[in-house]
Amino acid sequence: MKILLVENLSRSFGGIKANDDISFSVDQGSILGIIGPNGAGKSTLFDLITGYTKADRGKVEFFKKNIFGLSPDKISNLGVGRTFQKLKPFADQTLLENVMIGAFVKEQNIKKARDKALEIIDFVDLIEKRHHFAKELSTGQRKRLEMARAMAIEPKLLLMDEVTGGVDQKTIPGLVELIKKLKKTGVTIITIEHNINIIMEISDNVLALDQGRSIAFGPPKDIQKNKEVIDSYLGTFDAA
Amino acid sequence: MDKLIVAKSEPLWNTNNKVISIIGGLVVLLFALPLVGLNSFYLHLFIMIFMHAVMAQSWNVIAGFSGQISLGHGAFFGIGAYATSFFYMEYGITPWISIFFGMFISGVFAVLIGIPMLRLSGHYFAIATLLIGISFQVVFQRWDLVGAASGLWVTMTPEDSWTALQFHSSKLPYYYIFLVFFLISFFAVWVLSRSKLGYRLRAVRDDPQAALSLCINVSNYKIIAYVISAMIMAPMGSLFAQYILIIDPDRVFNIEISIIVLLITVLGGIGNVWGPIIGAAILIPISEYSRIYLGGTGGAVDLILYGLILMIICVFRPNGLISFIPKDILERKKQR
Repeated sequence: MKILLVENLSRSFGGIKANDDISFSVDQGSILGIIGPNGAGKSTLFDLITGYTKADRGKVEFFKKNIFGLSPDKISNLGVGRTFQKLKPFADQTLLENVMIGAFVKEQNIKKARDKALEIIDFVDLIEKRHHFAKELSTGQRKRLEMARAMAIEPKLLLMDEVTGGVDQKTIPGLVELIKKLKKTGVTIITIEHNINIIMEISDNVLALDQGRSIAFGPPKDIQKNKEVIDSYLGTFDAA
Repeated sequence: MDKLIVAKSEPLWNTNNKVISIIGGLVVLLFALPLVGLNSFYLHLFIMIFMHAVMAQSWNVIAGFSGQISLGHGAFFGIGAYATSFFYMEYGITPWISIFFGMFISGVFAVLIGIPMLRLSGHYFAIATLLIGISFQVVFQRWDLVGAASGLWVTMTPEDSWTALQFHSSKLPYYYIFLVFFLISFFAVWVLSRSKLGYRLRAVRDDPQAALSLCINVSNYKIIAYVISAMIMAPMGSLFAQYILIIDPDRVFNIEISIIVLLITVLGGIGNVWGPIIGAAILIPISEYSRIYLGGTGGAVDLILYGLILMIICVFRPNGLISFIPKDILERKKQR
């Protein structure tokens, strides 16, 4: 079953086409990886889907419901969670408080919200840090915090923007395992990644963007062979 | 034992019995203090501390909890003052009821002001509220129904009257009335800070974009905070009007009111329920004593002192005087 359907989604900033007629769909319970060089329009696509940026035109359906033009809070209320490329923790609040704010979406009772938040924090392996302020956590821990906070709203679709970006090499495998663990809970995931090996490892489908256009969409093995992708992105990657 | 089970077994809040005992003792002391003999000046001093602590607590809700710096909060103080005096003088309605009228009118104005203004952020919101605050003063200066620039001289009862909330023979009843309002507002904001609403307001304050991703309608929550804040401020205007029995636009819509609540909160500690209390307990005596020793309006020395103290606090203790108290004592205990 298709959980998300995007058709002809477009957005320009002045003369620059950040997203140009992007179309794709996501199967429930799968992971869609989005790749593309810097400036390809990956994060803009997230902002368009989640309502942070208004699209010029196109269609976005979530569980066959049109969510195009809805505000971010309404879209998240329908079950679309997200994390941010530039991390946005509630810095002056503890990890537990950060996740509790998400948990309050489904739990009205403060103790139940606290317990639910603790379970999610345990899931992301940060239980010992629960009383630490967000600003005291490392980048990798803050990435887990954002994932935990997004999970707390019990999303059906989770959009994760560069989970492994900006963290050290030792931290990456743990975050990748966490994404796999997340998938097992049944949540559908769209993830933006620069690390091609990770995308190929975890994704069921891959969407490749270049200069705001969709240049390929399909299973990772097909994407790896796609000439346009190799030229625009993987070629550069291999050469590096 | 499993770490998750241990975490779940922790109490929700740090119930530090020592702190609770100290707070309980202070409350008892505040109730008992006049009985051991406080002269009129000290009664007035405490009344002003209680009043300003509540006003600062009101400002703390909008600025400290939801992150919107309002520079026109004196408007709600003035609305409360005029509502009580006007309805008493025109219709004979007891201030005990018209206090709620003042709260309601302030709440309505907070919605009307908040819907367009809270779309602004940061400095723009602050400037807009500053102008709104001044505009209230200008409107009331020209509004004949409420006495225009002369204001309202509340009809005095021949004797002390609980119904009319007027006490001419002693400030003692005012002391207890302000004390009770002070305790109620403190408790209400303390509950708010630990509620779902409190958590969500802090999310809006810390990062509105992230708050949106957690199903929080940022605009609505800002308006809710603004309304709560206005409704805490208004009763202080009402009680102040009954305390001095003469109100005019220059006094109750004065920009100084909006500034002083800001100073008190920043000095004590913004975003913390204790901050306004500490700030008021320090700044108000400075203000009152400077008036005694320098006469009149204190020769503006109190303002110079405020500025000096604030500069020192901003440089050395940006989180206010509350930061001298270890957070573990007042907030949740951290187990690291």
